[in-house]
Amino acid sequence: MEPQFAIETHGLTRRFGSFTAVENADICVERGSIYGLLGPNGSGKTTLIRMLCGILRPTSGTATVMGYELGPGTDEIKHHIGYMSQQFSLYGDLSVMENLNFYTRAYSVPRAKAAQRIEEVVELTGIHNYRDRLARNLSGGWRQRLALACALVHEPKLLFLDEPTAGIDPVARRALWNLLFELSNRGHTFFVTTHYMDEAERCTHVGYIYFSRMIANGTPAELKEMPEVTPTGLERMRVMCDRQPQAMGFINGLDYVRDATIFGDSLHVLAEEGSGERLRSALADNGFGHVHVDSIPPSLEDVFVTLTRTMDEARSV
Amino acid sequence: MFRGFSAIVYKETIHILRDPKTLLLMLVIPGIQLTIFGYAIQMDVKHIPTVFYNLDGREASRELIDSFVNTGYFDIVDQAYSDDELTGLIVRGRAKVGIKIPPDYSDLTALGRHADVQVLIDGSDSTVAMQALNVSNAIALRKSFAVIQQRLPGQTQPVEFRPRVLFNPDMKTANFMVPGLIGIVLQVVTMFLTAFAVVREKENGTLEQLMVTPVSRLGLMVGKLAPYACIGAFEVCMVVLLMRFMFQVPIAGSITLLAGFSLLFLFTSLGLGLMISTIATNQVQAMQIAFLVMLPSVLLSGFMFPQESMPLPIYVIGQVLPVTYFIRVLRGIILRDAGFMELWPQGIGLIIIGGFLLTVSAGRFRKTLG
Repeated sequence: MEPQFAIETHGLTRRFGSFTAVENADICVERGSIYGLLGPNGSGKTTLIRMLCGILRPTSGTATVMGYELGPGTDEIKHHIGYMSQQFSLYGDLSVMENLNFYTRAYSVPRAKAAQRIEEVVELTGIHNYRDRLARNLSGGWRQRLALACALVHEPKLLFLDEPTAGIDPVARRALWNLLFELSNRGHTFFVTTHYMDEAERCTHVGYIYFSRMIANGTPAELKEMPEVTPTGLERMRVMCDRQPQAMGFINGLDYVRDATIFGDSLHVLAEEGSGERLRSALADNGFGHVHVDSIPPSLEDVFVTLTRTMDEARSV
Repeated sequence: MFRGFSAIVYKETIHILRDPKTLLLMLVIPGIQLTIFGYAIQMDVKHIPTVFYNLDGREASRELIDSFVNTGYFDIVDQAYSDDELTGLIVRGRAKVGIKIPPDYSDLTALGRHADVQVLIDGSDSTVAMQALNVSNAIALRKSFAVIQQRLPGQTQPVEFRPRVLFNPDMKTANFMVPGLIGIVLQVVTMFLTAFAVVREKENGTLEQLMVTPVSRLGLMVGKLAPYACIGAFEVCMVVLLMRFMFQVPIAGSITLLAGFSLLFLFTSLGLGLMISTIATNQVQAMQIAFLVMLPSVLLSGFMFPQESMPLPIYVIGQVLPVTYFIRVLRGIILRDAGFMELWPQGIGLIIIGGFLLTVSAGRFRKTLG
């Protein structure tokens, strides 16, 4: 029987000396989902991925990945997972095909099957025009596609991608995500770390790690409904008006407003429930033109900003 | 156990072939080293620039000067006319040896009386000084004996040593240096190349990527070493051929035994490279550590200087270097026709050091990956 979860961890902890990189992480990733792990730099994302890939031993806690319990001598798991690390880690002096050949051999893909498998991933990632190009001469987006292709040659059911879209252009970013959705439809499970909120919104499940701790876990919709994000008696509003920077300062000074932040062409305001009308007239009375206020659900960014702030307040007490 | 071995060999071979500059350099370096050590370095110093200050000037004194020149070790480059001038010429570096013949030299020798000839030697180059000292003492001895024979006809030399130099009768420096050089060249190539090959993967983050694959640690290590072992084996053949046909050093012993010991040394030297790669985190560090190993390998292994005269702690350092044992083997087989029965203790030394290096680096290899 196939286990329900691709990844299941309990109290997973890793310390480096006195520094705790990951503390008591409990994560469940369902099969076929795209799990997005978010968190600031240095919060423990890469350490967590390394542990789940079996290249870093946890200090304590347990983890089951694709039905295999992590621990010494569980090399079998390596045949079922793929890993694409943060930095470009293919061989620059090998061509695209040579890199793929190498990885099929490294994963002991049977010779008879290897050629066909390589054709499949080349086709999938659309890298066929660059077969003989040295990997170091590929642009950022194509490098990532090659890295993905190499991570896919052995048909892993679970893929770990550590900031796969860092430093590549928006078009390549979009293309990579379309690829992930396609693979997800074919039943692959993804564990992705990212800094981009729009990418997080596309994930089926999201986790947020902050200062080595998992502080949120769930579908984007579930996270947006967390009581900590929009405390009772408060509501989120979008405010559009002229002179937004000044407006932000003004709104932040109002006693019924908890928080106001600029989001592109509008302001997101967390204020007392039903105070929208008051806010609109206050702005109009103080000389801000074209005022428009409406109620909105929180975005994931709102969720993480609020959670981070709550955590910081708790830490500083 | 060796899972992924063929994959690593495949990849390493492409790395090597795609970097022809490094490969070429590795093939050119032995040639350069052979030329330097084989041709340029001469422990046997001849043609030492010499000046004389002849206060006597008669026939006997000129004969004395001729006997210096005739040895081939001294070349008369100038003549001095005062003590100051004699020392001045040595200080200026014009000459390394100054001979001062006293005004009564001819009279004293004719009478069979004691005559002092002063020989000034520039000690700033100890090799030259030593040679000049030995040869001038020998000349003095021969001259003295000639004088005694003149006065007591029929008298033979009471004791005479008849030394015979075995194995390298002409005492050619090349015969001494070039066999040892095989060890040095082999160590340079294998140690540097393996150290870099592993450290580069650490630097580029590809090692981490490899750890996620089912490639085993042993498969990775042996797979990385194998191509460099082949290059090393090729270099041994090249250097042996150069030695035999360019430097005309005859190989007295068994070629098979030489090949066997070379392979043994190869694995020890690769272990040394692997060890360096587990200590260094980047290529600059690897380079520095490798040089740190190379320096004693050249100076303390007996390759250039005899180990017998080294102070004990320095001697011990020489004994932990694998190349020390290999150089003994090389000289044994090539010059003395030594067989396995004479050389097996060196083989044990290599096996112990090599086994230690490979075991420890394998252990450290695991640790560096967490």
